[in-house]
Parts: sequence; C-alpha cells; structure tokens
Amino acid sequence: MAQGRQQKNLILILAREFASKLATPMFVVDAEGDLVFYNEPAEDVLGRSFAEAGEMPAEALPSLFSPEDLAGKPLSLEELPLGIAIVARKPAHRDLRIAGLDGRKRVVSVTAFPLFAHADELVGAVAVFWQPPGGETP
Amino acid sequence: MRARIWGCRGSIATPGPGTLRYGGNTSCVELRTRERTLIVLDAGTGIRLLGATLEAEPPATIHLLLTHLHLDHLEGLPFFAPLWSEGTELHVWGPPSPVRSLENRIARYISPPLFPRRLADVPARLSFHDVPKEEWMIGGVQILAHPVTHPGPTVGYRLTEDGRSLAYIPDHEPALGLNDLAAMPPEWLSGHAVATDVDILLHDAQYSAEEYPARVGWGHSTVDHAVTFGLSAGARHLVLFHHDPLHRDSDLEALLVSAAQRWGDGGTPPALAREGLTFELD
Repeated sequence: MAQGRQQKNLILILAREFASKLATPMFVVDAEGDLVFYNEPAEDVLGRSFAEAGEMPAEALPSLFSPEDLAGKPLSLEELPLGIAIVARKPAHRDLRIAGLDGRKRVVSVTAFPLFAHADELVGAVAVFWQPPGGETP
Repeated sequence: MRARIWGCRGSIATPGPGTLRYGGNTSCVELRTRERTLIVLDAGTGIRLLGATLEAEPPATIHLLLTHLHLDHLEGLPFFAPLWSEGTELHVWGPPSPVRSLENRIARYISPPLFPRRLADVPARLSFHDVPKEEWMIGGVQILAHPVTHPGPTVGYRLTEDGRSLAYIPDHEPALGLNDLAAMPPEWLSGHAVATDVDILLHDAQYSAEEYPARVGWGHSTVDHAVTFGLSAGARHLVLFHHDPLHRDSDLEALLVSAAQRWGDGGTPPALAREGLTFELD
C-alpha cells in the first residue's frame, strides 16, 4: 500500500470511537502493542491528556507508567494484561500499581483482551481499567 | 479504464416518475479495463440491465466485486443473464465473514423460499473468493479492498490502471461516533486507504443533514459527510452515490447545490450519480 494511503485498521478505528464514548478508562493498542489511543477518563488516571502524550511505542510503556504488583515488584510488559493480550493473544486481568504521567502512584484494576479482525489476524488489544476507591497512594 | 453506472439507488429499487433523471435501480457499476476485462461492482438491480447488453457478445470471464451482501447489492445477481449461460466463467469476490463462506451466504438468497432456483442450479462456472488483505490484479487493474464502517462485513474498492484510480464506497458511515469528521486525522478515518487521492470517488450520500440524526448507525453518510470525506481524502472528483429511495430527482438536485457550496472552488465540483453516467480514466 502506498505511504499516502496508510490507515489504521477499521477495528482500531471503531475501538477508538467506542473508547471515546465510554465513561470507563480505556487504552487501545495496535498489533505491535504500541499505544495508539486512550480516552478522557483514562487521562484522569494517567495524569496527562492523550493530546499531550500522543502515541507511544510498546517498549516505552513500562518506563512511562512504572507498573508494579501490589507488593511493589516491577512488572515487565509481558506481565501486564495488555502485554498478555498481545503476546499470548488471550484476555487477562490483574490489579497493579502504576505511576501516572503526573508522578502520582495509583492502584488500578486492568482487564485487557485481544482484537481479532479475523480468526488469525490480531490487529490490537484494548484494556479497560479503573481506580478502586482509595487507590491513589502518595 | 472506463466505468458506467447501471444503478445508484440505495436500499431498494425505486422506479417511478420521481426518479427518472437519476434512476431507481440499486447499486451496480460496470468497469472495462484497457484489456477489455469486465469487472462489475455490486449486483443490485442495475446488473440486470448490464446483463441484457452482454447477451449479444457475452464475455467469457466476468469478475463481480461485491462490497457486501445486503440485498440491494445482491438482489440483481440471479437476473444477470450471463449467470444462466454455460459459457460464462464468473468470479465473485466479497468480504470474508468469520461465520460462513461467501458462497454459502449468497446461496441463502439464491435458494427457496427466497428464490425458486438454487445457486447449485446455475449453469455458469462460478468461483467465490474472499477479497485478499493485500492488493491484487485483475485484467491489468490493481485492486484494493479495505473494510469500511457499515453494518456487517463490508469493503470499499479502489481500482487503479495506468496511474488513474476509481474508489467505490457505496455504503459507508465514516462519521459514526465522531463529533467532527473534518477534525479527524485521515489515518483514523474509515475508507481513507481506499479513497486517498483518487481521480473519481463514488461515495455514499444517502441522507440530508436533517435526516441523519434519526438514522445514526444505519451505515450511511449525509451529503455533507461525503463532501468532508472526499475533501479529506483529496479525491479529485466526488460522485454522490446510493441515493435515498425517498429522495426524488428534485431533492437530489437541491442536495447537490449544498454539496457544491461545501466543496468550494477546489477542482471539479461534486456530481450526482445517475444511470448511464460514464467515466473515462485513460
């Protein structure tokens, strides 16, 4: 396909529009795990708007959000629900702690699942996450 | 490459005095390549008229490219004369479904109780193909099929020969869920891959802006959406397609005035698709 005709996969376009209408924080990543969108409710959790942060490569996500389990052990990309959804191509859920882009630590519950355009064609994944009451830590 | 419109009405065939100038047949466009290969876009009721012109000199091979299987894009197929000739080799291309093959989905229509004959009774030699994910060639024409926003598996087509291109997206709702279609980066627009920088864009323009709010999610565009999408894609000539069955000729002409104003002074102004309209892409 010519460079000028590059377009996001339709499933990602629809996922972005779905996310943009939700009151629940949501991430959308492409098939490489690169973050291509997060919605306004997610901005409250992450501490920065998507317009400011923009798209992010997958390998940058752990360093940006410093994810760790509830005991404080750092989590690799492959241990995150989104990483599992992309690498293992299966849904995943866990509670974890992240540092928002504003520097504040928050406990979040994350559920991620892969997006298949066809049975054999992974085009990305979405993660829904929320902050339990009292989840923000200094 | 030469194109001719045989049907451009949306949803249901609409004969009568109110549709004489633009026609009442549902979607069908004939394409002839430089090599004289026949490619047909969709099998709405317009394909019956095309088939009648082929009876004197039927082509040995025909490629039918279906955007999707909603009835207004398929209902003419069993009335396409070459289908009932043993000498015809008909290749049918369409969007894949995760559930049923293209052949099985079409056979649901061409079988009792919806039709008196079965698809298996058809004497033409039929081949069914899911459209490839990558571009492919038919008769010297490069073809791209790309999924677009419309209920159910649906694609738009881009056909390119000798650097000239035509995009065909008759059923498309790129504005679904968007607050402002014009504000979206092009790579986030459904259909962008098909329509970018095309010479001719045949695009869904079913509704007026006033009609759309009651039909959000039905899979179609307003005339304004079509213009915005065409401008965003850099299409050189926008042809408004898939006219609403409730729109009489005079209604369409009023919508065209609005489209031309919105299009502005850049390039060829939009046109209304009509039966018999031809395009030369040489």
